[in-house]
Amino acid sequence: MYANKFARFTLGLSSRRTATGCGGLQRAAGRSGFSWTAVCKRRTLWLQRSACLNTQQNTVPCHVSARSASQTTVDPEEVRRFQSLASKWWDQQGEFAALHAMNDLRVPFIRDNLLNVHRVRHPGKPLRGLRILDVGCGGGLLTEPLGRLGANVLGIDPVGDSIGTAQLHSSIDPDLCERVCYRASTLEELAAEEDEAEEEQGAGQFDAVVASEVVEHLADLETFAFCCNQVLKLGGSLFITTINKTNLSYALGIVVAEQLLRIVPSGTHNWDKFISPVELERLLESNGFSVQSVQGMLYNPVSGAWSWTDSTAINYALHAVKVRDDPHTEQAGGSSTHPEDHHTAATHV
Amino acid sequence: MYKLTRATFNGLGRCLIAEKHLSAIKITSRGLVSAEHGDDSGKNEVYDVIISGGGMVGSAMACSLGMDPNLEGKKILLLEAGNKKVMDKVPENYSIRVSSISPGSATILSGIGAWEHITKMRCKPYKKMQVWDACSDALITFDKENLQDEMAYIVENDIIVAALTKQLDSLSDNVQVKYRSKVVQYAWPLPHQAADSIPGVKVTLASGETVQTKLLIGADGPNSMVRRELGIPTIKWNYDQSAVVAVLHLSEPTENNVAWQRFLPTGPIAMLPLSDTESSLVWSTSHRLAEELLELDEESFVDAINSAFWRNENQSELIETAGSLFRGALSVIMPSAGSPRQLPPSVAGIGPKSRVMFPLGIGHASEYIRHRVALIGDAAHRVHPLAGQGANLGFGDVACLTQLVSQAAFDGKDLGAMQHLLQYETERQRHNLPMMAAIDLMKRLYSTNAAPAVLLRTFGLQATNMLPALKEQIVAFASK
Repeated sequence: MYANKFARFTLGLSSRRTATGCGGLQRAAGRSGFSWTAVCKRRTLWLQRSACLNTQQNTVPCHVSARSASQTTVDPEEVRRFQSLASKWWDQQGEFAALHAMNDLRVPFIRDNLLNVHRVRHPGKPLRGLRILDVGCGGGLLTEPLGRLGANVLGIDPVGDSIGTAQLHSSIDPDLCERVCYRASTLEELAAEEDEAEEEQGAGQFDAVVASEVVEHLADLETFAFCCNQVLKLGGSLFITTINKTNLSYALGIVVAEQLLRIVPSGTHNWDKFISPVELERLLESNGFSVQSVQGMLYNPVSGAWSWTDSTAINYALHAVKVRDDPHTEQAGGSSTHPEDHHTAATHV
Repeated sequence: MYKLTRATFNGLGRCLIAEKHLSAIKITSRGLVSAEHGDDSGKNEVYDVIISGGGMVGSAMACSLGMDPNLEGKKILLLEAGNKKVMDKVPENYSIRVSSISPGSATILSGIGAWEHITKMRCKPYKKMQVWDACSDALITFDKENLQDEMAYIVENDIIVAALTKQLDSLSDNVQVKYRSKVVQYAWPLPHQAADSIPGVKVTLASGETVQTKLLIGADGPNSMVRRELGIPTIKWNYDQSAVVAVLHLSEPTENNVAWQRFLPTGPIAMLPLSDTESSLVWSTSHRLAEELLELDEESFVDAINSAFWRNENQSELIETAGSLFRGALSVIMPSAGSPRQLPPSVAGIGPKSRVMFPLGIGHASEYIRHRVALIGDAAHRVHPLAGQGANLGFGDVACLTQLVSQAAFDGKDLGAMQHLLQYETERQRHNLPMMAAIDLMKRLYSTNAAPAVLLRTFGLQATNMLPALKEQIVAFASK
């Protein structure tokens, strides 16, 4: 059931200093990035040159990379296993069936909560004009529906092969080409870039950040929350779906799903990394978020469908809103309250 | 602007530096990406939905999708092999092909704005239906709450298509219609993406033009090319019957608000009201008899119709006695129920050039959907006209599929994904199959003179006629 999470597991906020991991990542980024240029042929050469110049600037260490010092050991064995799965993202009956089915809950959850905040109505494209970051997007299972709803979505994932699959799949649909972008990158890399842009344009680029079935694979949640704050606009929404840390989630998520039924290869999940809604809420509140709602989700392996439930004992979805800039940012930058509106329009032309 | 783009593309820059690391896999996938884009920039236009077949059901589907707020901005294309059927003014003579439109279908048509045009043009409501047997006195009548409401409407097919065409003209921003476009080939995608698979359904037109779609809706009639090309198995048989249709002139003006149907051993004959002085005939009978009926001169044809409705030559004494005994027993138990037998108006003549026959059959596609394809209307199911349900089943498909596709769009789903198409299939088969089974059973039960069958249907019809609750259920099911 949770095999999919391999993708996210590698998102372990690996620090920029881990030289070996970095090389691999950059290569992945390079490859997929190049195919991305093929998709967006209209980018002209001078744009690429200017982008090259930026790369150098990006490598200047900033406080974000300093913070994310925690070492995530990315097991090459497991990455390889995941890479073999990369082509299977879009097989709706395959390994990722449960994740496909989860769209029935999480897309309306994200859509309705965003519509509550942004009250402008665009029939046919309800999320038009919003910028969303999908962290740990994998094959783009959630990125595409959000793009179809009219949002400009950037999907990031450290696994280059997944990004390649996602790009290939979205390139089929001319509607999506305009609205969906992918990059092989980690959240803190992106936050560092945003941080840089922030110097000139003010804080936060995104109206919403989505991290679905991701946080249970992260090494450093503190940094994750910090980075989410970093990239969000003030008043922007953070959506998280994950697994609770309870005896029941151990029994069902690990013993039943992995060891008995073998829906998921064993070793997919580490129960110690699961987090309870209360803990997650405390973490987010201390990073400038206000949690709006927490709802339990239940998977029925027989019908293969998800449903909402009152109990958050196993899976749950959380919606939080950024209410203030993170204190660290204020100390470091101070210029984070500048409004920036035009950036949205300029990103995915 | 420079700054903005810089911020966006700095990731890209890093990629370019690492360009030399391009792996073989990536080259392949990139090659595919650009190849597909190369296609798109050609004349291979991509639509969200293509509807194949612009008859009553196909046009209604196009209107219905074009008016749905959740589908605003989607590219919808309707392909019709025939000419555009515009009707500036209603023709004087009634057309011979008519449909019985249930209140449920009328609601669907009014939801897409076509019903208003239909009532402005021409339609005839009827309030009561009488069905009786040529082999006995058994009869059943249906009406709604003591003649307060309309049972259904008789509308000419041409009028329905013209109304929908008018409505489609007003939706030209959302729905594109290509008339005189014949499909010569369909190419189907694989269920999930394989390297050599095409992403959507590819439709090649006779003009050489190709179009692509995420969802193809087959509304191309009982001999559906979409169904055939997909190789969807169809359960079908011919009834060894043909229907003779004609426009009838009544001998004197009446209120004419009853639909009449009599089961003859050779097949049912129905007289459906068109106006105070005209009715439509649908006479299902053996091929041989149908051909004979077409050969007859007008006067003999009219006599044949009148005697088919009035004469009692097929009744045997045994059945009559048994029937009246049973009816007597029933009326002792429920004195108030039941209704007296009425006689249909007599026919004086037929409309000019209005005698046509066509063969009858039943057919049901075992699957209504495939990956990125859905069948609606007669392409999915064809019934005997005896219950007047053919068009209604089709409009029911339209309403159901629209609702599910609309919800899928609001949830950001791929419009051609299996999940909601499966839901469509389940929901519609649950409605269509019992209806088809009932119609087929009726047809078989009434196709014989054998005494046991006649007795069974006589008792059944009489008992049903005495049970208002059961009749209401039947009417409610047929009105959907």
